[in-house]
Amino acid sequence: MAGMMTEMLNQLMQSTFMDIAKVAGPLEQFEITRLIPVPANPGAIDLSVTNSTLWMFIGLGVAVLFLTAATRRLSLIPGGMQSMAEMTYEFIAKMVRDAMGDEVRPFFPFVFTLFMFVFLSNFLGLLPTIPGTPKGLAVFTPTSHIIVTFALAALTVGLVVVVGFVKNGFGFLRLFAPAGVPLWLMPLIVPIEIVSFLSRPVSLAIRLFANMLAGHIVLKVFAGFVVSMLSVGGFIGVLSLLPMLGMVGVFLLEFLVAFLQAFVFAVLACIYLQDALHPAH
Amino acid sequence: MDAEAAKYIGAGLAVLPLFGVGLGLGILFGNFMQGAFRNPSATSALTPNFYIAFALTEATGLFALVIAFLILFS
Repeated sequence: MAGMMTEMLNQLMQSTFMDIAKVAGPLEQFEITRLIPVPANPGAIDLSVTNSTLWMFIGLGVAVLFLTAATRRLSLIPGGMQSMAEMTYEFIAKMVRDAMGDEVRPFFPFVFTLFMFVFLSNFLGLLPTIPGTPKGLAVFTPTSHIIVTFALAALTVGLVVVVGFVKNGFGFLRLFAPAGVPLWLMPLIVPIEIVSFLSRPVSLAIRLFANMLAGHIVLKVFAGFVVSMLSVGGFIGVLSLLPMLGMVGVFLLEFLVAFLQAFVFAVLACIYLQDALHPAH
Repeated sequence: MDAEAAKYIGAGLAVLPLFGVGLGLGILFGNFMQGAFRNPSATSALTPNFYIAFALTEATGLFALVIAFLILFS
């Protein structure tokens, strides 16, 4: 029985199918390749279409197609697609209501877009790549790059600052001096509040980026265990089923994380926007 | 000491926060379970907050991981 299995595994190892797995390190999947260089020889200004851009557009396309198709024929008794879209909408709408109350409805489209984009970027990045795909077209997670998540976080906090100053004028600065704190504590509290405000975009960005990066690295490291145990062959080759099962578990956890991190990003965006509207809390 | 060796020791030290994350996740899950078992009807109300707290706690460990990677690969 074990002999037959070893025979089978050896054959699997020799197929061209495994070549990519043998050479690529765990960080290879995050490499950015230019698909269409813009301008033709990128110098200081580089506007190339990369695999990251491609997958952002795929995420966007999926969101647009899904929501358009779901709302094409609206009926009182929703069909499959429509009820899925309604569930997504209701889920975020409920979250926004719980976190901020009714007066912040104008920000709902922003939060919803943020959630959909982050979720689809995370989620589509978990699709398996078909073996033999050219390198630039392999499945890619845009949110595993800190610049993407930082852009989103900076946009959110930038919006908070703009809305805060527009709604409250200079009263927005009361955010840094919480009510009810005795005056003699102010010199201590104010710098702490300022630092905590400034670290918001950073922590928001790093949280999402680190989750995606770590998840994908762990998957790839486990996959590397499987491949190297298989190439030893014999009994150890059969034991490679263990990291394989571990990988299935981690993969399931990654689906949860992909959703949770998008949700947490949206919740924190809501909480920060709430701060912008009521600085003196 | 060799600079390369110091780098690896530093990367090892950088993931020490996992100690705290482990404790935190244990407390979090334990208390959630306790709350859920004592009052099963409140479970659905607790779940979203629980998941948010889980994600926030887990992120702390990942911050440590990122620092370790920065030390290793830069």
